[in-house]
Amino acid sequence: MKTQHFSFTADDWRAGIFAALKKQQVQQMAYVPDAGHASLISACYADGDIGCTVLTTEEEGVALLAGAELGGQRGVMLMQSSGVGNCVNMFSLLKSCGFPFVTLVTMRGEWGEFNPWQMPMGQATEETFRRSGFVVYRADTGEDAAAMTGSAMRLAYDSNCPVAVLLSQRLIGAKDF
Amino acid sequence: MIGRRDAIAEILMDRPDNLLVISGLGSPTYDVAAAGDVAQNFYLWGAMGGAAAMGLGLAQARPDARVLVITGDGEMLMGLGSLATLGAKAPANLAILVIDNEAFGETGGQTSHTGKTTNLAAVALACGFRQVATAYKQADLAGVKQLVLEDAGPVLGVIKTGSDELPRVLPERDGHIIRNTFKTALANQQNGESK
Repeated sequence: MKTQHFSFTADDWRAGIFAALKKQQVQQMAYVPDAGHASLISACYADGDIGCTVLTTEEEGVALLAGAELGGQRGVMLMQSSGVGNCVNMFSLLKSCGFPFVTLVTMRGEWGEFNPWQMPMGQATEETFRRSGFVVYRADTGEDAAAMTGSAMRLAYDSNCPVAVLLSQRLIGAKDF
Repeated sequence: MIGRRDAIAEILMDRPDNLLVISGLGSPTYDVAAAGDVAQNFYLWGAMGGAAAMGLGLAQARPDARVLVITGDGEMLMGLGSLATLGAKAPANLAILVIDNEAFGETGGQTSHTGKTTNLAAVALACGFRQVATAYKQADLAGVKQLVLEDAGPVLGVIKTGSDELPRVLPERDGHIIRNTFKTALANQQNGESK
């Protein structure tokens, strides 16, 4: 579903991530929404060449992008750190078959977190990825986020491995209530 | 009572060239392999709950192909949310076929939710699937075959079957080999078409 024209605001570093995804010819984007990904999600919907799929739970996205790769398309999953734990057994699909996979993860449960319920999964996110066989990048600046997204795509689709780019809560801004 | 292995053999008999099959772990993988171990089959041996979502990714990447996910009731129940995701995307080239023995057959035959209260065809319909059909007896199979191979998706067929244990037919288990075999078959097919 292509929506109306979308443009990033001048100070939105997600424009760099989107440019990197386009340069790497991403054709499928799967997501569980997060406020930190909102403009990027809108940009993908407005793009005629990226198919967007909203998921009910993050593990669907792992299987979905494996299916996309079987069919010859590159993909990316957008999620929040709280969704990483939902994926753990499904990550075995990536390792068992050597599927490339890239996910961009907005972090909660770290810098300035207000909600204690976000802490357990936020603090376990990086370790969970590493134990599941991922290469993990952590971006604290918008510039890094764009560069790491491009590198993650190359690493995944040229070297057949799963890669996670963590977008730190310091970068995104701690949520105010 | 419909025999599961014969039923899958009938569904996949003379399968069209553009049919891609993903099988859910356990008995559906054995049933699909028994019907013909071809390169256009992707056998899952794990990733429980992911078969339908994987089918969606493949169907979106290959609109020229018909994608058929053949799985069990337990596997489908674990990915129940993916029926909502499929309904929302409404891929015309995607079909799900559930071999429903109302039991967790691999683990001792414990009664599953479909043996109690859950009707997977009704769930799919409520999620926005275009059509569903359930086969209770042999005579219903032709209709389900037509549904999952030809009708505009997303569609979901259910075959109600017994919980008898059949000899295991074990296809390749190495996921790297399964993936490469499948991708090579797709590439060859594409090259063949462009000649």
